[in-house]
Amino acid sequence: MTALLTVDRLSIATQARQLVRNLSFSIAPGERLGLIGESGSGKSLTSLALIGLLPETMAATGSIRLDGTEVIGAGERQLVALRGPAAATIFQEPLTALDPLMRVGRQVGEVVRRRLRHEGLPSSAPAVQTRVLELLSRVALPDPERLARVYPHEMSGGQRQRVAIAMALAWRPKLLVADEPTTALDVTTQAEILALIGQLVREDNMALLFISHDIPVVAGTVDRVAVLRQGELVEAGPVSDVLQAPADPYTRSLVAAARTFDTALGRLF
Amino acid sequence: MNGTAGSMPQTEGKMTRRTIPLSLIVGGVIVGLHLLAGLLTLFWTPYDPTAMVGGRLAGPSLAHWAGTDRLGRDLFTQILIGARIAIEVGSGAVAIGAAIGVTLGILAAFATRTLDDVFAAAFDILIAFPTLLVAMLIVAASQTASLFTAVLAIGIAGSAIIARLTRILAKRVLSMDYIVAARVAGSSWPSIVVVHVLPNIWPTLIVNLALQFGLAAMAESSLSYLGLGAPPPNASWGRLLQEAQGTVYTAPFGAIAPGIALVTLVIGVNLLADGLRAFADPTRRGRR
Ligand SMILES: Nc1ncnc2c1ncn2[C@@H]1O[C@H](COP(=O)(O)OP(=O)(O)OP(=O)(O)O)[C@@H](O)[C@H]1O
Ligand SMILES: [Mg+2]
Repeated sequence: MTALLTVDRLSIATQARQLVRNLSFSIAPGERLGLIGESGSGKSLTSLALIGLLPETMAATGSIRLDGTEVIGAGERQLVALRGPAAATIFQEPLTALDPLMRVGRQVGEVVRRRLRHEGLPSSAPAVQTRVLELLSRVALPDPERLARVYPHEMSGGQRQRVAIAMALAWRPKLLVADEPTTALDVTTQAEILALIGQLVREDNMALLFISHDIPVVAGTVDRVAVLRQGELVEAGPVSDVLQAPADPYTRSLVAAARTFDTALGRLF
Repeated sequence: MNGTAGSMPQTEGKMTRRTIPLSLIVGGVIVGLHLLAGLLTLFWTPYDPTAMVGGRLAGPSLAHWAGTDRLGRDLFTQILIGARIAIEVGSGAVAIGAAIGVTLGILAAFATRTLDDVFAAAFDILIAFPTLLVAMLIVAASQTASLFTAVLAIGIAGSAIIARLTRILAKRVLSMDYIVAARVAGSSWPSIVVVHVLPNIWPTLIVNLALQFGLAAMAESSLSYLGLGAPPPNASWGRLLQEAQGTVYTAPFGAIAPGIALVTLVIGVNLLADGLRAFADPTRRGRR
C-alpha cells in the first residue's frame, strides 16, 4: 500500500535557527504513528508543516507528500483543498481553538457546510444542522441539541475538546493530526478523550499522527513511534520495541523519566 | 477546567440568558429621541426656521422653548433641525470612515511584514494630524462648503484611527488558535475575515465608532463654527453656537441649548455603543 503521508528529509529553519533537521517518516493509510519528544523539540512545527501552515518567518525544505500532493512549495489554493479532506488537526488547548464569539453548533456547522458544498451535496441550514447534531453525538457529547446553542466558555475543557474533534471529523479526513490533545485536561477527562480518539480512528479507518510528550499516553494510542530531539529524529519503530527496549540514550532517558513519574503516581505503565 | 462530558458548569443557564444592558436602554432612548426629532423636521417644525417669529434674543418661554436668536427666529426649531444634521453627519462620517478604515486595517493585518510596516507608519502619520485640520484641508481643497463635503472630509479624516485600531485588533485575532484551526479545516482568507475576524473585532470596534460619531458631530460643529460646514440655512448646532457667541453674556441660552443637545447626543451614542458591545460579547453578557 502506498503511504498516505511521506516526509522526506524535512528541514525547517528561521533566518537565525535550524528548528527541524532532516526529518523523515511515513504513515500508511489507517496507521497510527506517535511523535514524541520533549518540549521545544519541533513536534508542533512538524505538524503545521504537514498542511503548509508554518509561520511566514520560517522556511521548509525537503519533501512532504500528503495524499499524493507535494506540500512544500504548493500554492494556497492547493493547500486549502488539502486541508480537511486529506488531513485535519486537533490542538492542544481546546479553549483557544474555538472562536469565543460563535455558538458551538455554528462553528461545527461552518466546516460541515464547506464539506457538503465541496462534495456537491445540499447544504441547506437543516441539512447542516442534522450533520452537526450527528457529529456532536458521535463525539459523545450529551444533549447535542442544547450544546449546539452554547458558547465555548460555557463548556468544560473536555467538552470543548470533543467539539474540536467533531470539527476535525466533519471532513472525514484520511489523516487525523492530534497535537497533544489531552495536555490541558485532567486525568479522567484525558482518558475519555484518548478512548474517543482511538475509537473514532478505528471506526473511520483514519490514519493518526499523535503528538505528545507523555509516553504512557502515546504507548496506549499508537502502533509506531518516532522520537524527536532538538529537531532531529533519534529513533523510530513499533511502540513495544522502542518503549520497552529503547536503543537511543535519549529515548532511554525519556522512558526512564516517564517510568519514575508513573511509579510515583502509582499508575501502571 | 474540571468536569467530564456529563457535567456542565453551573453558571451556564445564567450566562446564556440575554439580559439587556442598562446602557443599551438609556443610550437607545436618548439617541431615539434625537432621531425622532430629526425625522420630525422632515415633515413639520414648530415654526418656519427662517421666519422672524418673536422678539430678538428672547429667553425660553412657552411659545419658544429655547428662546429666539438675534434675528428673532425660533431656536428650538433650529435645534431640532440641527439634530437631523448632526445625525446625518455623524452616521455619514462614521460610515465613510469605517468603510475606508476597516478595509485598510484588514488589508494591513493580512499584508506581508514589509507592507504591513508601511501601512502602520502611514496610519500613525495620518493620525498625528488633527482630524479637524485634515477635514479643513479637504473642505478647502474641494472649494465648496456643503454638508456633503463636510461629511466626506470628517469621514476620511477619521478613517486613519479606525484603520489603526482595526489592524491591531485583526492581528490579535489572526494570531489565535481558532484561526489556525479554521485554516486547518480548509477556510480561505475571505471566509476567515467574515466568519471570525469581523465578529471578534466588532465589539471593540463599535465602541470606537461611537466615539467617532461623537467626534464627527463635534467636528461638524467646529467646521460650521469656522464657516466651513453646512452653509445656511442648514441650522447645524455648530452654526447656532457660532451665532450665539457674540451674545453669550446677554442671551446665554442661545449657546446653552445647542450645547446641551450636542452633549446629550454624544453621551447617548456612547452609552448605546457600550450597551451594544456588552450585548455582542457573549462572555460579558449578563454582567453589568
Ligand atoms: N513562531 C516561531 N518563531 C520562531 N521560533 C519558533 C516559533 N514557534 C516555535 N519556535 C521554536 O521552534 C522550536 C520547536 O517548537 P515546537 O512548537 O515545534 O515545539 P514542540 O515540540 O511542539 O514543544 P511543546 O511540547 O512544548 O509543544 C522551539 O524551540 C521554539 O522556540
Ligand atoms: Mg507543541
